[in-house]
Amino acid sequence: MTVIMPTGDKKNLGKTVYINARLIDPASGYDGPGGVITTAETIQSVGPDITASSASDGTEIVDCNGLCLCPGLVDFRVQLGSLDGTCRAAASGGITSLVTLPDMDPVIDDPSIVEFIARRARKLGLAKVYVFGAATKALKGEHLNEYGLLNEAGALGFSDGLHSIQNAQVMRQILSYAATFDLLVACHPENAELAANGVATAGELTTRLGLTGIPIEAEVIHIDRDLRILEMTGGRLHINNVSTIQSVLAIKAAKQKGLNITCDTAPPYFALNDGAINGYRTFAKLSPPLRPEPHREAIIQAIKDGTIDIITSDHTPRDEESKRLPFSEAAVGGVGLNTLLPVSLDLYHNGVMELIDVIALLTHAPARLLNLDAGQLTVGRPADMVLFDPDRGWKVSENTLYSKSKNSPFDGRPVQGQVMLTIVDGRPVFKNEKAFPSS
Amino acid sequence: MNIADASADQFSHRHLLGCEGLTPPEITALLDSSEIFVEQNRQADKTGAALKGRTVVNLFYEASTRTRTSFELAGKRLGADIINMSVATSSVNKGETLVDTAMTLNAMHPDVLVVRHPSSGAVRLLSEKVNCAVINGGDGQHEHPTQALLDALTIRRRRGRLEGLRIAICGDILHSRVARSNIHLLNTMGCEIRLIAPQTLMPIGIQSMGVKTFTRMEDGLDGCDIVMMLRLQRERMNSCFLPSVKEYFHFFGLDYKKLQFAAKDALIMHPGPMNRGVEIDTEVADDVGRSVIREQVEMGVAVRMACLETLSRNLDLGRQKT
Repeated sequence: MTVIMPTGDKKNLGKTVYINARLIDPASGYDGPGGVITTAETIQSVGPDITASSASDGTEIVDCNGLCLCPGLVDFRVQLGSLDGTCRAAASGGITSLVTLPDMDPVIDDPSIVEFIARRARKLGLAKVYVFGAATKALKGEHLNEYGLLNEAGALGFSDGLHSIQNAQVMRQILSYAATFDLLVACHPENAELAANGVATAGELTTRLGLTGIPIEAEVIHIDRDLRILEMTGGRLHINNVSTIQSVLAIKAAKQKGLNITCDTAPPYFALNDGAINGYRTFAKLSPPLRPEPHREAIIQAIKDGTIDIITSDHTPRDEESKRLPFSEAAVGGVGLNTLLPVSLDLYHNGVMELIDVIALLTHAPARLLNLDAGQLTVGRPADMVLFDPDRGWKVSENTLYSKSKNSPFDGRPVQGQVMLTIVDGRPVFKNEKAFPSS
Repeated sequence: MNIADASADQFSHRHLLGCEGLTPPEITALLDSSEIFVEQNRQADKTGAALKGRTVVNLFYEASTRTRTSFELAGKRLGADIINMSVATSSVNKGETLVDTAMTLNAMHPDVLVVRHPSSGAVRLLSEKVNCAVINGGDGQHEHPTQALLDALTIRRRRGRLEGLRIAICGDILHSRVARSNIHLLNTMGCEIRLIAPQTLMPIGIQSMGVKTFTRMEDGLDGCDIVMMLRLQRERMNSCFLPSVKEYFHFFGLDYKKLQFAAKDALIMHPGPMNRGVEIDTEVADDVGRSVIREQVEMGVAVRMACLETLSRNLDLGRQKT
């Protein structure tokens, strides 16, 4: 595929009119024909009345040819590989805002690192990059970080990334202290003792493959504990990568009880089951591990009924060496920026949900949770948008992924839904030439 | 002889990575071919020339005495050049990855690689990167196919058949690749398999592999024709898997008292090396009328000769095709 991807192009922006689009704006509930006018970096006008005649002389007109124009995706959970590579992959995946996890090298536990990442990302201009600060020092699960100062520097919330906080007293203090500043705490729910040495969901498959299993209950046991602590401390808790029936039931009950709890899942957990690891496929080695089919179905149901609040890419780039190993030695995680939209669109194509409701989980819902000025087509807001063809098919392969790392659990899978144009602050940052042969 | 006709009934795979998926004719073909080598090995002159000029490499990432020696003897008795590479002397300790080691060895044009590795699936990964034939000499907790073949050969020679026999496999099933390979092979050959272990050592969902599970020796051994004991590894003896050796031996160690629940002429097997007084009582292990443990070792060499010979022949057929 040929792609034009301008970087750092900061020429003065005029006015651009996007016409003949199917506008999808979950924030307002509008799904219908229309257009958008952007002036410089913001949305000036949006609605069904915008046509070619809305353009004055010298205005650039972009004909959307009936494709879907929606707010740029907001990705709640991304591991930053290289900033440049990650941002390119994000742009090509229609993601205009993303939040990185703190478990990188160096760990995000200092205001200067938060500012450094934001500054570099701004300079690059391909996507807006936000961070979660480390909940504990060096991710050791022992001592709290400076939540207030990190938040002032720009950290949106706190989490220890892939490390679960095992000490209940520490978790209590984290939630308690974060509540002081009304900050979001996100957790990776896994009981470390039950998961020790485990590389896949315990069951018939691990027995057959001779792999050490992680019992499914390792997830809900951790969630149950954190929900009890949340009840005690108050505050805002968010649970990442929900993947089991039991977890869904626990979170649903907590929501009914009125606890301030939200959660997410990622495409692998509603589009793949543990059979994907057959043949020791290390690309399908994830954390939490892929689950048996009934759990996948339950996750779809939980997305539909609103128990699960948002969908993230859970983008975790790994180099070839760390995946080209025996299964139990290989690294966990899969890239997800390019497959977030198309695999999520399975929910629409399979008749589970309306298109606008799927888009809401990828845009408005995460933006609202993070209090970001993003995820909606509203006058005066930043012109962060994505134009996509919901039906166009393509095949996931190392050639079609834009991230440097190619470790996709969906490798080889045909998907439906292609990003045609991504706009950040009024500027095109990704263009698919199939849609715009002339430009 | 028409090669196409013959290969339909024979073991025609490029590698021997496991017993899962093998067909009864394939297993029978390997066992039949092993019988010939049993006889050869009992002669004064044991050396043939079937693998003359061939190179076999034993690549062992785990300590092993008997399996490695058995493969080494098998190769030598077929006239092959055989070298041993073990972790202690190889560049693995210098941080080279499995795949890189595989590619390096591959560049030296070996004909057969025998690989043992502590990670399940590692041998398969390696087999995807080389041009030679690969024999799984044991991968993690996954498979150990030549052990299952030698067990089957031992049983078949003693009982004249495999089909319809009731076989108990006892002990640390959870960590045992021997158990998994035996389950696949013996199931395919029509045996009834019973697993006996404390619940901490019984893998979940194993029933789906076509076995019955028991937690009491008295129940599980009932009417068994064969009693296979598994080695209990030292690190499991006093851990959260088991409280103590004493308790394990009392409830799961094979002694005459428990053996009386099995069929009167039941044979006793063990893949070795044995922990006397842990999973098996010394007297039972040495009972010449019942224990076939040493015979298993003898069959091991013959089975490995058959595997080396068969895979080398398949390599030639493959080369002819291309």
